[in-house]
Amino acid sequence: MERYNLIVVGAGPAGLSAAIEAAKRGMSVMVFDENHKPGGQLFKQIHKFFGSKEHKAKIRGFNIGEELLKEASEAGVQVKLNATVTGIFENKELTVNHDGAIHHYKGDSVIIATGAAENMVPFEGWTLPGVIGAGAAQTMMNLHGVRPGKRILMLGSGNVGLVVSFQLLQAGCEVAALVDAAPRIGGYGVHAAKVARTGVPFYLGYTIKRVIGTEKVEGVEIGKVDEHFKIIPGTEIKFDVDTVCVAVGLSPMSQLLKMSGCKMEDNPRRGGQVPIVDEYGETSVECLFAAGDVSGIEEASSAMIKGRMAGLRAAYKLGYTEEYIMKDTEALYAKDLDSLRQGMFAPSNRGKLIEKTDEGIPVSMNLLTKGFVSDEEIEQYPGVTHQKGIHPVIECTQNIPCNPCQDACKKNCIKIGACITSLPTVIPENCGCSGCGMCVASCSGQAIFLVHEDFEPGFTSITLPYEFLPLPEKGTVGKALSRSGELLCDAEIVSVKSAGVFDHTHLLTMKVPNEFGNKARFWKLVKE
Amino acid sequence: MMNDRSKDIGDFLPMPDDDMIICRCEEITKGEIRKAVHDGMFTMQEIRRYLRAGMGLCQGQTCSRLVKGIVAAEQKTNPATIAPATSRGPIRPTEMKTLASEVL
Amino acid sequence: METQRITEHPILGVPEKGALVTFTLDGKEMQGYEGEPIAAALRASGILKHRETAKLHKPRGIFCAIGRCTDCVMVVDGVPNTRTCITALKAGMKVQTQYGCSAEKSW
Repeated sequence: MERYNLIVVGAGPAGLSAAIEAAKRGMSVMVFDENHKPGGQLFKQIHKFFGSKEHKAKIRGFNIGEELLKEASEAGVQVKLNATVTGIFENKELTVNHDGAIHHYKGDSVIIATGAAENMVPFEGWTLPGVIGAGAAQTMMNLHGVRPGKRILMLGSGNVGLVVSFQLLQAGCEVAALVDAAPRIGGYGVHAAKVARTGVPFYLGYTIKRVIGTEKVEGVEIGKVDEHFKIIPGTEIKFDVDTVCVAVGLSPMSQLLKMSGCKMEDNPRRGGQVPIVDEYGETSVECLFAAGDVSGIEEASSAMIKGRMAGLRAAYKLGYTEEYIMKDTEALYAKDLDSLRQGMFAPSNRGKLIEKTDEGIPVSMNLLTKGFVSDEEIEQYPGVTHQKGIHPVIECTQNIPCNPCQDACKKNCIKIGACITSLPTVIPENCGCSGCGMCVASCSGQAIFLVHEDFEPGFTSITLPYEFLPLPEKGTVGKALSRSGELLCDAEIVSVKSAGVFDHTHLLTMKVPNEFGNKARFWKLVKE
Repeated sequence: MMNDRSKDIGDFLPMPDDDMIICRCEEITKGEIRKAVHDGMFTMQEIRRYLRAGMGLCQGQTCSRLVKGIVAAEQKTNPATIAPATSRGPIRPTEMKTLASEVL
Repeated sequence: METQRITEHPILGVPEKGALVTFTLDGKEMQGYEGEPIAAALRASGILKHRETAKLHKPRGIFCAIGRCTDCVMVVDGVPNTRTCITALKAGMKVQTQYGCSAEKSW
């Protein structure tokens, strides 16, 4: 039986981070993962992450994954793939199924980082081929290069539903609608806004009544719900789709923890059956830890920090690091984690309706119920100004911990300050903008535009972030779309800028008649 | 109180969505789960043994949460008061020949 | 060939694929890329149904795509209950629609 100082179950962001932390301090570490590729869900995330530089903001999920793998290999972490941990027994002994046999392993310390699985909502026809989890859509598009379908309906408006809807558009699919039984969008406003502006309608307060089809999905019917979430007869709307994506939350995969006999609790705020852990992830079983989504659903950035904290604690408990070093490092990690857990979407705010931002500005109800900020509402935010010359217009309207825009502007036009949940502000007059576009490309929420209200007599130019193919050419005339995805007017592309530092976010500059300068926020080539 | 069998949950009332499949692997419907509660199966463990919901190839990955919600609703109680089913090794389906090739 | 393959992705570029190989689905010749999941090759060709269930004979296909739900299982090279979403395609593979637990439809 092989013995390791630390065995980690799960090679996702939390597991790898824990392994790196422990291996760096001299521990022998083995990571088991049941999949044939490491990285968990990280490699499917093609969007730029939020947070600050320390949290790898502005970097796409799969790039973070690659960095993590490199770090793990340099630290000497061993990863065994296609290895399923089938049980955990007394004295932290594990049985692992790999290479056609059950092997026994012993860990002086064990970290369970098995992540979470998707929840489901049953409806008539949910077992038909064509109904898939949102994660399945991501896997097919981003790992295998196959579109899950041609025309999709998405159920669920949390971050997963919103982000995967956008990814479906990027993969060349049509998203017929985004539906959620809840009265308000569950995910970030900016994620919703970038989907809404392409023309995808949002149906909040609706749910799926039934899927139409006998051998596969041919259509879907949704209906408005009452206060008991029952469908109100007569409110049904039919959509022609070949795929239905379900994104209704995640539940921790905590079977191993339960088997270990550690104290568990049913905590809906953390996603369901979770172990009771201290702030470093240690369970009631000595030297058995839980890190990442399995100990509470959050996201990849927090999972990586929680993984590091568990790895550090394990190292300390086994004597691989001194107390004062452990305490100092722990304090740094705790501070990092805390800064992520601030703002409107903080775990402590889950379920609450926040009506005003920290600055006292009313939160846009249009955004929460329809996916876009209205033309009148947008003017209240400090990132939206009207001034001579080209200047950034930042449509960031919720307090979330994120600040790459501040660092991106070399002319100091954009300010967030020490508290990274503050709304970004733009210097209201003569800000000094050079039109470089770095802020537009750096915003992970794609919420920044460059606006030049006196571009040409009668015309305003708008530079927007564009992450689709094909890239239009200068001179092409298409249509400008409003924040709600409504066709506004003809719009000629005056420039297309791509650069390595933009990391696949191209800058499209279009010109529109002045009256649409404050409304036009997307561009589409519309074939007559 | 957990698993309170003294509670009167009334008779089984057929509902229009009773034929909705809940356990996809074993093809068990909502009606069958609801009826099982009235047959005296109150805990997740009992439902699993009585109906095989959660014993199929996916080992309850997809249906457990849904089954728990239905059982709780039938008992007119909060899902948090229903004790979860036991987690027993092997937690993923394993072939007999693999189990027989144990390397200690 | 297929219309559902992404030829160039705005972020990920051109997908890296192995060699183009042939395999059979219920005897019919199909094409796919070596090393990709069988399910991906099937979905790219527009095939959605993988099996019919044992009890109610209902069609099933990909659901979770990561080997957790077992709805996408088919009989592959004679082995039933093979999770096609995580099994790599090999040249000459014999893939069959699964009815209950076997390739033989007994109803």
